[in-house]
Amino acid sequence: AELFTMTYGALVTQLIKDYDDLETVNESLDTMGYNIGLRVCDEFLSKSQISSCKNFQETAQVVAKMGFKMFLGVAGTIPGWSDDQKEFDIELRGNPLERFVELPETHMKLHYSNILCGVIRGALEMIQLRVECRIVKDR
Amino acid sequence: MSLNVGGKQQQHLLQQKPSILDKSLSKGRNEVSLTAFALLFSEIVQYSHNRVASVTELHDKLSEVGERVGTRMVELLFVRERNSKRETKLLNILLFIKGTLWKTLFGKEADKLDRATDDERVYYLMEKDPLVNRFISVPRDKSSINCAAFMAGIIQSVLNATGFPAKVTALW
Repeated sequence: AELFTMTYGALVTQLIKDYDDLETVNESLDTMGYNIGLRVCDEFLSKSQISSCKNFQETAQVVAKMGFKMFLGVAGTIPGWSDDQKEFDIELRGNPLERFVELPETHMKLHYSNILCGVIRGALEMIQLRVECRIVKDR
Repeated sequence: MSLNVGGKQQQHLLQQKPSILDKSLSKGRNEVSLTAFALLFSEIVQYSHNRVASVTELHDKLSEVGERVGTRMVELLFVRERNSKRETKLLNILLFIKGTLWKTLFGKEADKLDRATDDERVYYLMEKDPLVNRFISVPRDKSSINCAAFMAGIIQSVLNATGFPAKVTALW
């Protein structure tokens, strides 16, 4: 697991060094996550062998609990939904991507786990759901 | 007067945020799935591939990424496993790389560690099925791509960080 954390850290550092603008870094992390997500969806479905979900809420639960648990080893919780039931938050405790990470003041705009946003977006797109995902809060 | 108040406020803000260095080093728990790492690594390779023109530059980029990993692993491992005592002798550090480092990173020890016969300062660390190469398919026109340059970068930075300047390359 540490290899994963360190590799991700190295990737982010490399991206920051290559691009000067933090917004571009966020976008490229999102794009990379999107590519990963497209492939992750097949794997997830084949390994978990669940039938299709009946509605959006069940999809959300499945993604947060089983999906994250399968790939990252931690299960996310869903603290709340929006009023029109179209948005929900996922809370991820103990995210392995940021185990030893502290963001300095100069890089506050960097969404460090933006790759996870891309992964969720890509995976849900493979099952014909177009979603938008963004980081709301870092610890 | 106003400067004083501003200073105190800032200090209060700084004290509120606990530094990550104050937290204790937990043991590595919850394994990440293999696919997660494979996918992440393939993204890294693709990203580097789009930005470089030749094979050697790709190797350089991969080993640069590996170097960053290695410097951080050195600190982490020595504090955790060996009670903050760093190895000073060459053979010990090589054995450390083969055993502890490989085990922490890849879950098993490296296959073999050999000394070259012609040059005393050259060592070979062998691995039959490196994790990073398992999921990367190589196109025929660039058949000399070896993503184990990533591992070479890790080893090189570990050696440099413990005081043994070295150059590590990945060979088939």
